[in-house]
Amino acid sequence: MTTNSTSHEDAHEAHHAHSHGHEAGHGSFKSYVTGFILSVILTAIPFWLVMGDVLDSKVATVAAIMIIGAIQIVVHMIYFLHMNTKSEGGWTMMALIFTVIIVAIALVGSLWVMHHLNTNMMVMSPEMMKNLP
Amino acid sequence: MFSNPDLLKFIFGRLTLESIPYHEPILVATFAAVALGGIALCAFITYMKWWGPLWNDWITSIDHKKIGIMYIILAIVMLLRGFSDAIMMRIQQAIAFNGSEGYLPPHHYDQVFTAHGVIMIFFVAMPFVTGFMNYVVPLQIGARDVSFPFLNNFSFWMTTAGAIIVMISLFVGEFARTGWLAYPPLSGVEYSPGVGVDYYIWGLQVAGVGTTLSGINLIATIVKMRAPGMSFMKMPVFTWTSLCTNILIVATFPILTATLVLLSLDRYVGTNFFTNDLGGNPMMYINLIWIWGHPEVYILILPAFGIFSEVVATFSGKRLFGYASMVYATCAIMILSYLVWLHHFFTMGSGASVNAFFGITTMIISIPTGAKIFNWLFTIYRGRVRYEVPMLWTIGFMVTFVIGGMTGVMLAVPPADFVLHNSLFLIAHFHNVIIGGVLFGLMAGVTYWYPKAFGYKLDPFWGKMSFWFWFIGFYFAFMPLYVLGLMGITRRMSQFDDPSLQIWFVIAAIGAGMIAIGILSFIIQLVVSYIKREELKDETGDPWHGRTLEWSTSSPPPEYNFAFTPVVHDHDSWYDMKNRGYARPLQGFKPIHMPKNTGTGAILAALNIALAFGLIWYMWWLVVVSFVAIIAVAIGHTFNYKRDFYIPAETVSAEEAKRTELLAKQV
Repeated sequence: MTTNSTSHEDAHEAHHAHSHGHEAGHGSFKSYVTGFILSVILTAIPFWLVMGDVLDSKVATVAAIMIIGAIQIVVHMIYFLHMNTKSEGGWTMMALIFTVIIVAIALVGSLWVMHHLNTNMMVMSPEMMKNLP
Repeated sequence: MFSNPDLLKFIFGRLTLESIPYHEPILVATFAAVALGGIALCAFITYMKWWGPLWNDWITSIDHKKIGIMYIILAIVMLLRGFSDAIMMRIQQAIAFNGSEGYLPPHHYDQVFTAHGVIMIFFVAMPFVTGFMNYVVPLQIGARDVSFPFLNNFSFWMTTAGAIIVMISLFVGEFARTGWLAYPPLSGVEYSPGVGVDYYIWGLQVAGVGTTLSGINLIATIVKMRAPGMSFMKMPVFTWTSLCTNILIVATFPILTATLVLLSLDRYVGTNFFTNDLGGNPMMYINLIWIWGHPEVYILILPAFGIFSEVVATFSGKRLFGYASMVYATCAIMILSYLVWLHHFFTMGSGASVNAFFGITTMIISIPTGAKIFNWLFTIYRGRVRYEVPMLWTIGFMVTFVIGGMTGVMLAVPPADFVLHNSLFLIAHFHNVIIGGVLFGLMAGVTYWYPKAFGYKLDPFWGKMSFWFWFIGFYFAFMPLYVLGLMGITRRMSQFDDPSLQIWFVIAAIGAGMIAIGILSFIIQLVVSYIKREELKDETGDPWHGRTLEWSTSSPPPEYNFAFTPVVHDHDSWYDMKNRGYARPLQGFKPIHMPKNTGTGAILAALNIALAFGLIWYMWWLVVVSFVAIIAVAIGHTFNYKRDFYIPAETVSAEEAKRTELLAKQV
């Protein structure tokens, strides 16, 4: 027998060890509590911003909420989905990077394209028409 | 009871007797033929007592090999439907001159070209490609099945359900008259109040569930279930292209789903995402659908590239030239395919900067694609080439695809696109790459892997007939369209005024007729090969002197694929094993753990057809009932704990002994 005909058991073991070696952690009590407290704080801030009329401009409020929302996503991924650079042998990270690239391309591209199309092609009001360069 | 209009409306929604197109002779004749054929088939199955085996061995099967075969059968059946649409259009355009209106009224002609596009992409090319990935990938990576075998069966039946929904539209109601991407505002409720667009939406949504799930399934399979020793850079090229294709599927199909959800919200509940009023913007739909639509064409072509790579290496008797560059080219195409979508609507009015950016990214894609063509050429160069049928398809592809690629680069130049947009030049271009690329690849794949799947080769004479009629027919059918496109003739016209154009359409129709003979030859090939199966039998499991792991098993492979998981040392692993004097293990078999068949996938898909039918015809009671039933069946399935079984060691050893005997006969 050559090396190719390694018994089924060996191959199976090898497979097993491979997939279990890089298993994502299941998190500790401490990490869950940290995640919970962080996400509560990050949820409370937007409510406070809106209900307490804290910031003067509406745009600033919306921008702040968007940024806090993005941070919230990161908190969930780290503390609840146990994502880090090593989980699943780096595959989770790789998949995340790919997803972020694709979503960024779709969002930025759409905003850019639609901005052009809206400016060039959409129906104009008489005032806009008057102020054309 | 029948005099109560409210009750009738409650039961049938907007379905009335008038919705059945019994006044259209073409459809009545088709229906009669389909009904007679269906009855004959059912009678035959009953006579052969095949209903039991059909349900137990096929419909409920979660064996990736059987599911792969069923996907391809679905694709071939739908190819016949899609092609009849094509030949109807070709005949219509060839005769509708000099004031003649042809034989298809415009409202019917519009449905025909929409159905042709939708069916050919979603229900021919997609299931064909998915079928190959299902059948071949687990065998190539030395696995016994895919990661989630039940999900695989469910995906297949959801794809089939989508196809059935589109087919129902032929005889109940109508299909969309909008073109294959259903651009609003034409596809909005104001301009398409009928059921056509709803058939389109729900057919694609149901099939989309299947496609996305099968994408997830195959990614997990390739990442997690490779045989020991098979690192990523030792994977066969077809597996690589499948991986990239499935990543594209998982990343883009959600965009299609979301876009169609927004369109259905516009149509069903009166939102204004894509209308012209109240802040809606139809251009957003076109933008979103092409963010899905462009990667979609690479979803189709990448597996075809993989098939050509396997075929070229096998029939040249050489390692694939530039394996690493092939892998990098595939990955580069995968990323670049996300950066080019705007070239489908250069003329919609974005400014010069946007058009220039997307024009350049589009041209860049031709670099990795060109690298692939050179890799194949250098593989053939100084190889011991055997001109078997798969190799013919490959050579035909290389010649044809290069022409299609060059016209593609022409269309990528924005100023040129302003002249050629929506003309027959565009139609000729994408048929050139889809027929010359995807279809030729799939036909090469069928001929190449058929002996693996069924244990006998396909008859080469009819294979060559099929190839030559397809190949020459393609040139006759589409080169005239390039000419017409350059003359400025637009697509989707049902009648023409200028009689000097007629000759080109007649040539194109003759080409379509030749392709019809090509398809017929393929069907004859299947029948003739079945009759001559003893003569064409492959007992070695390796009829082509293959190089990858699928050729190390018997033809057809046993249910468990590999009695022992192979260990891989090189990327042409089976060739490497043969060279190093691999000896098949003859004893020490162990029981093999396998998943059990289940009918849940087929039942869920059937309920989804009912759900979609209810939504299309506004039969709200049917929607509620079938939705509740879907949830109930899905939850019920989670309580099914009898999901696996062991193939006893004795059965494995008996199977393997049979193969040993067959192999002994060869020497």
